[in-house]
Amino acid sequence: MADNGDDDNQYRIKEGDYVVLKRGEIFKAVQIQPRKKVIFEKQWIFLDNAVGQLYSTTFEILSGGNLKPHELKDSAGTDNRNIVDDGKSQKLTRDDIEALKEKGLKGQDIIKKLVDNHATFGDKTEYSQVKYIKKKKKKYENTVMILKPSCRILAMMYHGREPGKICHLRYDTLAQMLTLANIHAGSKVLVFETCAGLVLGSIMERMGGYGSVIQMYPGGGPVRAGVESFGFPAHFHDTLHEFPICHVNALLAGTLDTSAKDPTAGRARFVCFLQAQVKKLRLEEKQRRLAATAALLKGRNADGLVIASRFHPCPVLLGLLKFLSPSRPFVVYSQYIEPLVECFKKLRECGGTVNLRLTDTWMRHYQVLPDRTHPLLLMSGGGGYLLSGTTVATDHSKPAGSKQAEEPAPKRQKLEDTEG
Amino acid sequence: MSFVEYSDFIQDGDVAILYLSHNNVMPVKVQQGAQTQTRYGVIRHSTDLIGQRYGSKVTCSKGWFHVLHPTPELWTVALPHRTQILYTTDIAFITMMLELKPGSIVCESGTGSGSLSHAILRTIAPTGHLHTVEFHQQRAEKVAEEFKEHRVDHLVTVRNQDVCKDGFGVTGVADAVFLDIPSPWDAVGHAKVAMKKHGGRLCSFSPCIEQVQKTCEALQDQGFEDISTTEVLLREHDVRTVSLPLPDFGPDPETTEEATPAAAPNHASITLKTTTLPREMPGHTGLG
Repeated sequence: MADNGDDDNQYRIKEGDYVVLKRGEIFKAVQIQPRKKVIFEKQWIFLDNAVGQLYSTTFEILSGGNLKPHELKDSAGTDNRNIVDDGKSQKLTRDDIEALKEKGLKGQDIIKKLVDNHATFGDKTEYSQVKYIKKKKKKYENTVMILKPSCRILAMMYHGREPGKICHLRYDTLAQMLTLANIHAGSKVLVFETCAGLVLGSIMERMGGYGSVIQMYPGGGPVRAGVESFGFPAHFHDTLHEFPICHVNALLAGTLDTSAKDPTAGRARFVCFLQAQVKKLRLEEKQRRLAATAALLKGRNADGLVIASRFHPCPVLLGLLKFLSPSRPFVVYSQYIEPLVECFKKLRECGGTVNLRLTDTWMRHYQVLPDRTHPLLLMSGGGGYLLSGTTVATDHSKPAGSKQAEEPAPKRQKLEDTEG
Repeated sequence: MSFVEYSDFIQDGDVAILYLSHNNVMPVKVQQGAQTQTRYGVIRHSTDLIGQRYGSKVTCSKGWFHVLHPTPELWTVALPHRTQILYTTDIAFITMMLELKPGSIVCESGTGSGSLSHAILRTIAPTGHLHTVEFHQQRAEKVAEEFKEHRVDHLVTVRNQDVCKDGFGVTGVADAVFLDIPSPWDAVGHAKVAMKKHGGRLCSFSPCIEQVQKTCEALQDQGFEDISTTEVLLREHDVRTVSLPLPDFGPDPETTEEATPAAAPNHASITLKTTTLPREMPGHTGLG
């Protein structure tokens, strides 16, 4: 089915859309609102002119903050033996450059002026010249790309901007989680996360509005700020449920009462009647939702479990595994490895799981240019750890780890000398 | 059962995964009256499998194991290799970087043994479609057969042709294109034709740096932006219990009369749970 005019709409920026601004490796999630000033990389921008343009368009930021679609473009010595770094190669001073900027000179022209006033630019190797221009481009060109949000973009954004908010979950680790947990349309997934909603949103993206996602939350209410940034269509939210973990034990024991009356109902006469009515309706709605979610959980037939939080993963995992059907995957993320080692040990003792794996991933970026290809950056360890496995039917007759010890006997260290 | 939808009970005609032990899984085509030989003994499909829950334990003459519902991840480690395959670590990264989700239209070449294909199908179901091209006729036929057995054939079209000469067989429909072929630079032009005119994502996976260089150049020439090259390596930690002996420095001269003799029993060692890494780590699969 080829594109036609009608399909075009979903690729164009609309008012109210949640988008991601990008320049180089810097991302920022914002909402397109008319005449609203948005700050990005120390610049004020109005996004009004983006409306109607295609996503992934690069815009120039004009003085005044308005956007204009950007037309793209992109030219030596032999080596650096005669180049002396005395800080005097560039003839333009900082003040000169500021004056040029004030005059409204375009980024491209500023860079041209810098090159023209560079005493030893011609002595640089061709590669060096390209690198110099690229560096200045980054600093002086006033462009921004507007992207449609996706798990990939938001995960990179959070990792770069606010890793603390997402328990330092690196985006390649998140990618592993989504695949290992077999997240797909139509399943029923349990999520416990304190990653600002990034993990929840990523799971919702992979479910496409089909099936259901139940967010188990600690404390007063579920945190979902990050989910908004994905810009999901309204009907996706129909698949999202929440359940407070403080009621988990009651639910498992079958003693959860979802018809509990409001303890403050008696005090209604002291409050304005209308307010009391609104409060009552809100509470009834809340109870209704709670009952509906409890019904989803009671069957203990969830298809997947994903945990990524600052809480100790062991009790969370042991508590929530009970809600899964047999032969279903679960994935637990932890910033640190030790809590997962404990989980591993507990799971071995309790039985009921197979294919346990404790892993982490390393990620290496490469610069690929003719005659200049080399690795750039290696990210390891700091991306967190994953414990994954699959549930099986619990066997109450045989003790766990009997015949199929998946772990060798405790090793004894060899001693060089005799024991004292 | 299907690879894109869970079910609870094993039925005749299903493909089930026998989890024999860590790193030892076996696929089995469930058939009324059939038998399968395993290292733990023989299993009889009619009594041991059909009607049982996925996840249940199967006991044989020499031991027991569990039967699992198929997933693309289990399939990747269980499938019969006809070619070198992509493993879950790379698959997961590719899935995220290509922004695959329900409804995505994807073009892939070469299909190979179908490891990545199954993962793609799982992610794009129920409304997406996979156009996969495999130039080896027998492999194309075999993988098409498997898609049917795995009840995902409605989501995929297999074409037996050379993607570098004839492209993907579709125009302007793909959200994402994936290449795992010896000369991906020759397919970049065809990838562009297959992709939606509003743009899409492309990923090429190559083991050799020279291939990566040529491909990046071709991508740049053809107007692709935001080109990046990444390698992802998996490290698996072995959880072990180790026993570390404690040194004996002799009786502590500072202990007073009040301390009971049993206060400091001479522990021979301390046992703890820790992780160790394999001596050799798989160093490289490819760059994407």
